[in-house]
Amino acid sequence: MYSQGLIGADGRTKEDAAFLAAFQARIDAEEKIEPKDAMPEGYRRTLIRQIGQHAHSEIVGMLPEGNWITRAPSLRRKAALLAKVQDEGGHGLYLYSAAETLGVSREEMTEELLSGKAKYSSIFNYPTLSWADIGIVGWLVDGAAIMNQIPLCRCSYGPYARAMIRVCKEESFHQRQGYEIVMTLARGTEAQKAMAQDALNRWWWPSIMMFGPHDSESAHSEQSMAWKIKRFSNDALRQKFIDATVPQAEFLGLTVPDPDMVWDEGLNDGKGGYRHGPIDWDEFWRVVKGGGVMNRDRIKARKKAWDEGAWVREAARAHAAKRAARKMAAE
Amino acid sequence: MAEATALWEVFIRPRNGLSHRHVGSLHAADEVMALQAARDVYTRRGEGNSIWVVPSSAITASDPDHADEMFEPTADKIYRHPTFYEIPDEVGHM
Repeated sequence: MYSQGLIGADGRTKEDAAFLAAFQARIDAEEKIEPKDAMPEGYRRTLIRQIGQHAHSEIVGMLPEGNWITRAPSLRRKAALLAKVQDEGGHGLYLYSAAETLGVSREEMTEELLSGKAKYSSIFNYPTLSWADIGIVGWLVDGAAIMNQIPLCRCSYGPYARAMIRVCKEESFHQRQGYEIVMTLARGTEAQKAMAQDALNRWWWPSIMMFGPHDSESAHSEQSMAWKIKRFSNDALRQKFIDATVPQAEFLGLTVPDPDMVWDEGLNDGKGGYRHGPIDWDEFWRVVKGGGVMNRDRIKARKKAWDEGAWVREAARAHAAKRAARKMAAE
Repeated sequence: MAEATALWEVFIRPRNGLSHRHVGSLHAADEVMALQAARDVYTRRGEGNSIWVVPSSAITASDPDHADEMFEPTADKIYRHPTFYEIPDEVGHM
C-alpha cells in the first residue's frame, strides 16, 4: 500500500534525452502506457517495485484479519470478514498480474517477499489484539488505502490503473463494514466503547503513517509524480484522510489520540483543515525495517503457507499433465 | 526458483447481448483450474454469466513498435467515412 511502495524505488534510467522526452510527452498527453510499449527502464523498475509491494501488502493484509474470522461475534460479521479477506486475496492477484505484464514473474515476486527483499505496508506489522481492531482496521486502514488508491486509478500505466479500478470498487464495502463494527461498539456498553477507543488509540498513528514520509523527506516522489505513477503527494493525501476521518470519529464519540490536533483555517487553501501533531518517524522506520511486533510472524506465516502449499501445486501440475496426456492419447 | 504454472487470460461476458471482455490474467495448471480460479478471482460480485480462459501463450499480438506502419494507412483513407460525401440538405437524412 501504496505510497510506501515507493520506498527504495529507483527511478534512475539510462535512455537518451530524445527517448525520455518522447515518453514524457506521451505521459503529459495523458496517454496510458501499455505492457509492450517502449518505456524507460526506471519507469518499469519503479512500477514493478510499487505494484509488487502493493500486491504483497494485500496478501500479508489477509493475516491480521484472517486471525479473527473464527472469533467474529456473529454469523453476519463472520460472513462479512470472510468476504473481505477473500477480496484482499483477489486484490493481491489482480496486482501480481499487473506487475507480471512488466516482465517480472510471480515466482520472483513471491521469493522476494519471503526473503524479505521486497517490503509490504508496515501497517500490517501491528497486531490485531481485540475484535475492535477489526472494525478500526476496516475504517482507518482500508480508509487510508482507498485515499491512496483512488488517484492510482488514473496512473499512467494501463494495467495498474485497471487493477486499481476493480480494487476501489470492492474496497468501499471494507471501510463501511469496519465503521459499522466500531459504531456498534461505540454505542454498546462502557467496556465495549473503551475497547473501541483503545483500538483507535493504537491504530491512529500507524494509519496516518501509511501515507509515507513527509514530502520534504520523500526521495522518490518527484520522478513518480512526473511519470504520473503517483498523482498526489504523501502529505496532501494524508491531510485529505485526516479531514475526512476526524468528523467520523466525533460522530462515534471517540477521540483521535492526537493532543496537538487543531482546526487550522489556513489549511487546504484557506478552506480549513485539521492540523496534526508531530508524527513519530523513528517508529515508522523501525517498523519498515523489520522492528515491528509482527514482522517476523507475518513472513513466517507466508513461508508456512508457501511450503505447506507445495504439495497442492505439485498435485495440480501432475493432474494437468495426466489429463493432457490422456487427451493426447484419445486424439 | 519455483516451477511456474501457465498464465491464462480471462474474458468475461457481463450479460447476454454483450461480447466477452478481457478482465485480467491468472496462473493455473490447466484449463479446468483456470476456469475455477477465474470465477473466484474475477466474478465475486455478479460480474458476468460466461467466462473464457485462453492460454496467454496462444495469443499473437501486433507489435506496438510497428503500430505506425500497421495502423497509419487507415488515417488517410477519409473516403471510408460517411462525412466524406457531400449530400445536399434537401435530400434529408441519409
